[in-house]
Amino acid sequence: MKAGLTWALALACCSLRFGLLAAPAPAPPGAEEGVRRALTQAILDEGPERAKLLDDIARSGSKVAHEVLTAWTRDGVFLYEEPGGAKLPLLLEDQQDADGKSRAMRIDNGRFLAGPDGHDLRFAGGDLNPVDTDMKLRQSIQRVLDTLALADPIAESRRSAAAKLGNSGRLQYLPVLEDRLAREPNAEVRRALNEGIALLQLHDTNAATQIDAIGRLAKAKAIGALDVLKALAASTQAGPEVARAAADAVASIGGHVEWVNFVGTAFRGLSLGSILLVVALGLAITFGLMGIINMAHGEMIAVGAYTCYFIQNLFGAGFAFSITLPINFWGKPLTFGLHLPGLNATGGFYETYFLFAIPLSFLTAAAAGLILERSVVRFLYRRPLESLLATWGVSLVMQQAFRMVFGANNVQVSSPAWLQGHFSVNDVMFGYNRVFVIAFAALIVLGTWLLLAKTPLGLFIRAVMQNRDMAACLGVRANRVNMLTFAFGSGLAGLAGAFLSQIGNVGPSLGQSYIVDSFMTVVVGGVGSIVGTVCSAMAIGTTDQVLQQTLGSPVLGKIIVLGAIILFLQWKPGGLFSIRNRSLD
Amino acid sequence: MGRSRKNLHGWCVALGAVLVLVILPGLNAFTAPTNLFHVDNFWINLIGKYLCYAVLAISVDMLWGYTGLLSLGQCLFFALGGYALGLHLMLMIGKLGQYHSDLPDFMVFLGYPRLPSHWVPFRHFWFAAAAVIWVPGLVALIFGFLAFRTRIRGVYFSILTQALTYAACLMFFRNDFTFGGNNGLTDFKFILGHDLRSPSTQRALYLCTGLLLLLTYLVCYWLTRTTFGKVQRAIRDRENRVLFSGYATADFKLFVFVLSAIIAGLAGALYVPQVGIINPSEMATDKSLEAVVWVAVGGRGTLLGPILGAVGVNWLKSVATRAYPDMWLLILGALFIVVTLFLPKGIVGIPGQLRQLWQPRSPPAKSPTGDSQSSSVSAKPLPKPE
Repeated sequence: MKAGLTWALALACCSLRFGLLAAPAPAPPGAEEGVRRALTQAILDEGPERAKLLDDIARSGSKVAHEVLTAWTRDGVFLYEEPGGAKLPLLLEDQQDADGKSRAMRIDNGRFLAGPDGHDLRFAGGDLNPVDTDMKLRQSIQRVLDTLALADPIAESRRSAAAKLGNSGRLQYLPVLEDRLAREPNAEVRRALNEGIALLQLHDTNAATQIDAIGRLAKAKAIGALDVLKALAASTQAGPEVARAAADAVASIGGHVEWVNFVGTAFRGLSLGSILLVVALGLAITFGLMGIINMAHGEMIAVGAYTCYFIQNLFGAGFAFSITLPINFWGKPLTFGLHLPGLNATGGFYETYFLFAIPLSFLTAAAAGLILERSVVRFLYRRPLESLLATWGVSLVMQQAFRMVFGANNVQVSSPAWLQGHFSVNDVMFGYNRVFVIAFAALIVLGTWLLLAKTPLGLFIRAVMQNRDMAACLGVRANRVNMLTFAFGSGLAGLAGAFLSQIGNVGPSLGQSYIVDSFMTVVVGGVGSIVGTVCSAMAIGTTDQVLQQTLGSPVLGKIIVLGAIILFLQWKPGGLFSIRNRSLD
Repeated sequence: MGRSRKNLHGWCVALGAVLVLVILPGLNAFTAPTNLFHVDNFWINLIGKYLCYAVLAISVDMLWGYTGLLSLGQCLFFALGGYALGLHLMLMIGKLGQYHSDLPDFMVFLGYPRLPSHWVPFRHFWFAAAAVIWVPGLVALIFGFLAFRTRIRGVYFSILTQALTYAACLMFFRNDFTFGGNNGLTDFKFILGHDLRSPSTQRALYLCTGLLLLLTYLVCYWLTRTTFGKVQRAIRDRENRVLFSGYATADFKLFVFVLSAIIAGLAGALYVPQVGIINPSEMATDKSLEAVVWVAVGGRGTLLGPILGAVGVNWLKSVATRAYPDMWLLILGALFIVVTLFLPKGIVGIPGQLRQLWQPRSPPAKSPTGDSQSSSVSAKPLPKPE
């Protein structure tokens, strides 16, 4: 037990000292010792034994072997002659002292080489002789290294190693890959291994093997093999059958690539549409239903995003700000500020901050909306054009307030681990955050619809929005309904902000970049229609992605979308789902 | 009373014109810098800039105050006019640029082999001057035709103009749009053979701007007092009624839209040589909104209001950004809110509002229920217009 602990420490030590991959593989200490012994022997023994030893090392999958062999190919392994005449292979530490000397680690036991007095010995690079390598030896070491990579504990590294070996075009790797395939548990990696084997077999001289490999590649829809197959189909050295088979395979894989691109674009379009939808839904309520041109909608989004940042900091190191106003108050500048200590949470608990942040961003933005409605908007229900001006003023004030409290620069909001990364189905990559936004959008649309269609409040909202005076005459408390509706629309914007904080930067002008898009979405959808907003968000999102894909330029795509919207309104001035009524305006 | 106020108005305009066109440039040119009444070159330049803004504000007012069309894209036309003259000024630099090439600096920097063909005619001043008028006019004509044909009005018109401006702004930000991208056009040296930095050229430009403002003012004054002006205001107040009376409101609106685009373009063209730079941020939507604030602050639906608003707000901006750089946006935003809520007629309307305060409530016949309900805005039992 104690020996095991020492080994673990020593291993941790060297992985730190040599600045290689971070965590050492948890290998049983006995195996590690064997590997070290084999390495020492392989370095010292120049006879035929060496090849066999290297093969053994290759099978071990050991991290130490990787370090030592990499150093060896770079002439980084040195020999030290002990006073007794025995030779010791050493690695020199990266870290050097003032004289340019560094400590040496013994390869046979992983400890630092100590002199007779017990102090670590120090050497400069020139003090010791490096172990010689020749071309042939370096090649076989490289092979061992590649095989070691195939045994890496991380599946993704194994997969990329298999792909690399498959693309190397060297037939000698064939047995290595086949050997690994027999032991590989992970399906993804097995697929990559199979692909790699087939790719290597393309370089076989036997036409039958080649055709068989091509067939397997075509069946596996191996996108990575497309270039090789194209070259093969065009090459003159290959036999006619091989070339024909390759051409067929290229056609089949090409079809698959198109499909993958299509699905990928559709998925990205859907997720962009969902972002637009999340951003525009609040506006569909405040602008579409209430007729208020809320130019501060973007700032409501920013309120939500900054709430996320604030909650994140509360879970982390705490939050502090202070503002000094350029006004003197009894001789002293007016300063106020806030300092909140953080929870200093780590790990899984820290990541749950987002779950708290989502409802809180809704509530903060809704509260901001409530204040805005009570203080400014309620005077302007009959003057929509002026609501535009006043709320723009509000948006300027809020932007400046963000700058004062959170600083003029963008702030960083980290995503929880479960929103990072992606999974792939049939070569199509699905990012978790994109899947999340689609689900999120679906959820809030459902919630909004339920609220508007199935609750008494929703009934009042629709009544007040259709005819404020008539609803008021019939006893609906129009003022209160207005207030709640506006707060709800703003709260939805806050939710959008919480999401946007996960996919981009959070800054004082975050809202400005979405305001034009969200107005466009609502206008195209048909003002006052939630269904219209959903449809137009999806349509605009998908068109934008398709144009980006074909034109290769996001800005040009955006310009064309804006132009298309203007033309679209020629055809349907009321938007996709305009509400028909007999009144003129 | 009406007559005396009209006379007063005439006197105000004449006095302002004399001050701006004769006294200020005269003090600048003919007094020594040590003289107490000397007007610095800096001030001439600054006031010239304000006067350009005032012309822009009148163009916004013609649309918004008189026709009820709130365009958030007026700065697009301002910038288009500026770019049209900027292209000419850019070519007039000649070999004096940083790279000593016939091409403008940014083209050398971006590796253009030769001048793009649409730049070539801008070597002639007359072409650039014509472009200052027809480019904004044409853009306004096309966009206005599309928008008014389908009866896009009210806030939808505002949102669409905002989208148009945003799209144009994105386009001008691109380097391959050949208009200098992000940095725009700058480093001008000569206009019609005169050094742009010399005080006399600046003074001439200032005078041109003053004349443009006076001319714009007079044209708009005349126009708003013709039958056309009456139809214009009728469209603002009850468009459907005008339509049903047999007027093609779309044509009227299109005319006003194109006219104010041209006015804005002219203002932009005079703005560029005085400021020395034009870049896409000039056409961003918030600039257009700022121009709307000037009009709102000054008083829309009047012609003096926009001028007062443009000069006043910009002067405030100059002062505030120097004294309290962090507070300017707060001030501007608050100004917006206060003016919209409490001063719907702007500065020009303040005397009227005050007079109303002094006078006793004139319609005493109002029912008591009406009075009590008028406090809650949403339940006001007013007949809904249209």
